[in-house]
Amino acid sequence: MTLLRLDRLSVRIGAAPVLSEVSLALEPGETLGLVGESGSGKSMTALALMGLLPLGAQAAGRVEFEGQDLLALRERDLCRVRGARIGMIFQEPMTALNPMKTIGAQVAETLTTHGAATRAAALEIARARLDRVGLPADRFGLGLYPHELSGGQRQRVCIALAIALRPALLIADEPTTALDVTTQAQILDLLQALVAEERMALLLITHDLAVVAGRTGRVAVMQAGRLVESGPTEQVFRAPGAAYTSALFAASAHVPRRAPAAQGAPLLEVAQVRRDYVLARPAPLAPHPVLRAVDEVSFTLHRGESLGLVGESGCGKSTLTRAILGLDPVQGGTIRLAGAPVSPAMPRAMRAGMQAVFQDPYGSFDPRWRVERLVAEPFHLLPARPADWRARVAAALAEVGLRPEDARRHIHEFSGGQRQRIAIARALITRPALIVLDEAVSALDVRVRAQVLDLLAALQDSHGLSYLFVSHDLGVVRAITGRVMVMQAGRIVEAGPTDRVLSAPEHPYTRSLLAAAPRLPGRASPGVRPTAP
Amino acid sequence: MKTRRMRPGLALGAALSLAALLLALLSLVWTPHDIGALDIAGKLRGPSAAHWLGTDHFGRDVASMLMAGARTSIAVAVVAVGIGMALGVPLGLIAAAGAGGWLDEIIMRGNDLIFAFPSLVIAILITAVFGPSALNAILAIGIFNIPVFARVARGGALGLWTLDYIRAARVAGKGTARISAEHILPNIANLLIVQGTIQFSLGILAEAGLSYVGLGAQPPTASWGRMLAEAQTMVTLAPHVALFPGLAIVLTVLGLNLLGDGLRDALDPRGRGRQA
Repeated sequence: MTLLRLDRLSVRIGAAPVLSEVSLALEPGETLGLVGESGSGKSMTALALMGLLPLGAQAAGRVEFEGQDLLALRERDLCRVRGARIGMIFQEPMTALNPMKTIGAQVAETLTTHGAATRAAALEIARARLDRVGLPADRFGLGLYPHELSGGQRQRVCIALAIALRPALLIADEPTTALDVTTQAQILDLLQALVAEERMALLLITHDLAVVAGRTGRVAVMQAGRLVESGPTEQVFRAPGAAYTSALFAASAHVPRRAPAAQGAPLLEVAQVRRDYVLARPAPLAPHPVLRAVDEVSFTLHRGESLGLVGESGCGKSTLTRAILGLDPVQGGTIRLAGAPVSPAMPRAMRAGMQAVFQDPYGSFDPRWRVERLVAEPFHLLPARPADWRARVAAALAEVGLRPEDARRHIHEFSGGQRQRIAIARALITRPALIVLDEAVSALDVRVRAQVLDLLAALQDSHGLSYLFVSHDLGVVRAITGRVMVMQAGRIVEAGPTDRVLSAPEHPYTRSLLAAAPRLPGRASPGVRPTAP
Repeated sequence: MKTRRMRPGLALGAALSLAALLLALLSLVWTPHDIGALDIAGKLRGPSAAHWLGTDHFGRDVASMLMAGARTSIAVAVVAVGIGMALGVPLGLIAAAGAGGWLDEIIMRGNDLIFAFPSLVIAILITAVFGPSALNAILAIGIFNIPVFARVARGGALGLWTLDYIRAARVAGKGTARISAEHILPNIANLLIVQGTIQFSLGILAEAGLSYVGLGAQPPTASWGRMLAEAQTMVTLAPHVALFPGLAIVLTVLGLNLLGDGLRDALDPRGRGRQA
């Protein structure tokens, strides 16, 4: 019997259609990857079938689950299905758990809410489930609070919560997007094992084709609220039927055309830099413990070069970036930009030589300012705002592929990709020699990411820019950098030409990063070329 | 830009607040009767053509007293909120900019100190030293607005300081004070406006309360709180004398709260909270 059948499911919010006639079927124990870019309707599909649509959204069609139409159920009956028969895991493990309750209580709550167990029995089952998701009793007691766990561990708790009642269907909405590559691989392995073991069906929703590769039996591709293609994963990957799917594949593996970097004079010289954080005293009058976030890091970035800095969250790359931008003081060593020392007190004219693009296209702009004022903000670094500042803003917008009229609009009128273009325009406005790109394309969809990478490559050629490209994404680093450094626990463990480091890594940590990176089979995979045995 | 339709709540709130303000301003130049004119023979009359809202126990015109009372209430609340904002918001911004540092610690513990005293106790203290007057009521209410605004400003600012656009402003070489003024303050303005209208209505209530116990405006200054206090003993005899000042307080406070909520939504360029 088919477990889940979506029959021409449509959703509209007001008059705007969000989903158009999506039909899908899922057998018990089957795994399906639902892939699409942001706004394609993949998450809306999951919410619609759980009956969790946002206010004002209306669903039409049929959602048949275990023989009953979920769309026709009342809220009270839906509550019996949710959590019990359908479990769900969300993207953000930091906010999916209640910070005020212990992990044991939260897993047990699912069981007691559905009347499946008494409180004592529920805690016992919770213990067993937490053991199963890789949080053993000796290190992870039921009394722990979410803030005492890492992101990966929290996601494991979310999984334990979702599978507590052994649901027939598990929906995972971008379960690993917020996690590091090595953690991502572990969580995906865990999901796969659980599904096989418990004969659960899995609906894995992701924007990343490589995550689905080799992990789900079938894959469905969505675009703009429609299903454009579905079929066995291998077949879709080998010979995509829809042009859109091919475009996604091409964008995932996209490498911008770059002129070979001419080795210029040293621009940024980092020598034995140390960054320490003073932590809270463990006891009154005890000395403050010190966390060394950046430990004796040295490197040189030449004019016209793009240098990658790769590492997982917490490795110190953001701390190092802040020191390089002169936002925080260093506790040891020196940073020099074009020969002059970098520090929080450095003169404005010097800051104008170095700008930055940050990760979050939504948080990078003051929502109350118009684009022209946002882009012109770095003019603060000049002795006076140039008289032709409007013309220069228009020119910068044109350079990043936006229209001059866009200057008068507010930032919320732009998409994520357009916002990153505006961020690049802002970074270009003072004609800096160095741009620090801190995860600048991580939040973008693959096709938009490919466009922004092309733009960065073109700007580098035309302006002779140098990039320091900070990222956790090996594929992006491979595409845009000539040299790469790998950072772990505050130290640079490996550095060298990008091709060499990513194809023949020497340090075990680099190897583990490469092994964990999801890859597209049968194509020039983003991170890795198979190493010769 | 789409045409903006005014939300009904905002419109009603603005209308009520504006009505109170206009009546207060009008009382400066004209009231139906002189509020100082006593008419013992015509005391405690119900509403009539001559006295629209009746007369009180001295035969004074209630409508005229209400208009003059609005002036007292609004003046006290405006100045008290002004004191709170002018001192509290900069303190909150300074505390947020140096979060975790000694300055933050001093400011916030000072806040706690003021919070620890009931406002009425301080008002009595001030009154005991300087004598009861509307000015002292303003001071007492104003001082207690400072920690409220400092907390709201600090709380709102703390969340903003972690955002990328603040980092971008720092990369653009802007200092703490400039970022606080250009980026932080406009983005917490909606919080402050909402808190401002709440404090404004609380100020009106506080002034009424202080006047009610005799610590606020002194006769012959008209005040809604004192009108209520004087009407208390006669409420069974002439309910209208207590009813109208009570209604005036309720409607003004309601209007201000609606206005605050409406403004918060209307001031947001993202149009968050816009109804479909």
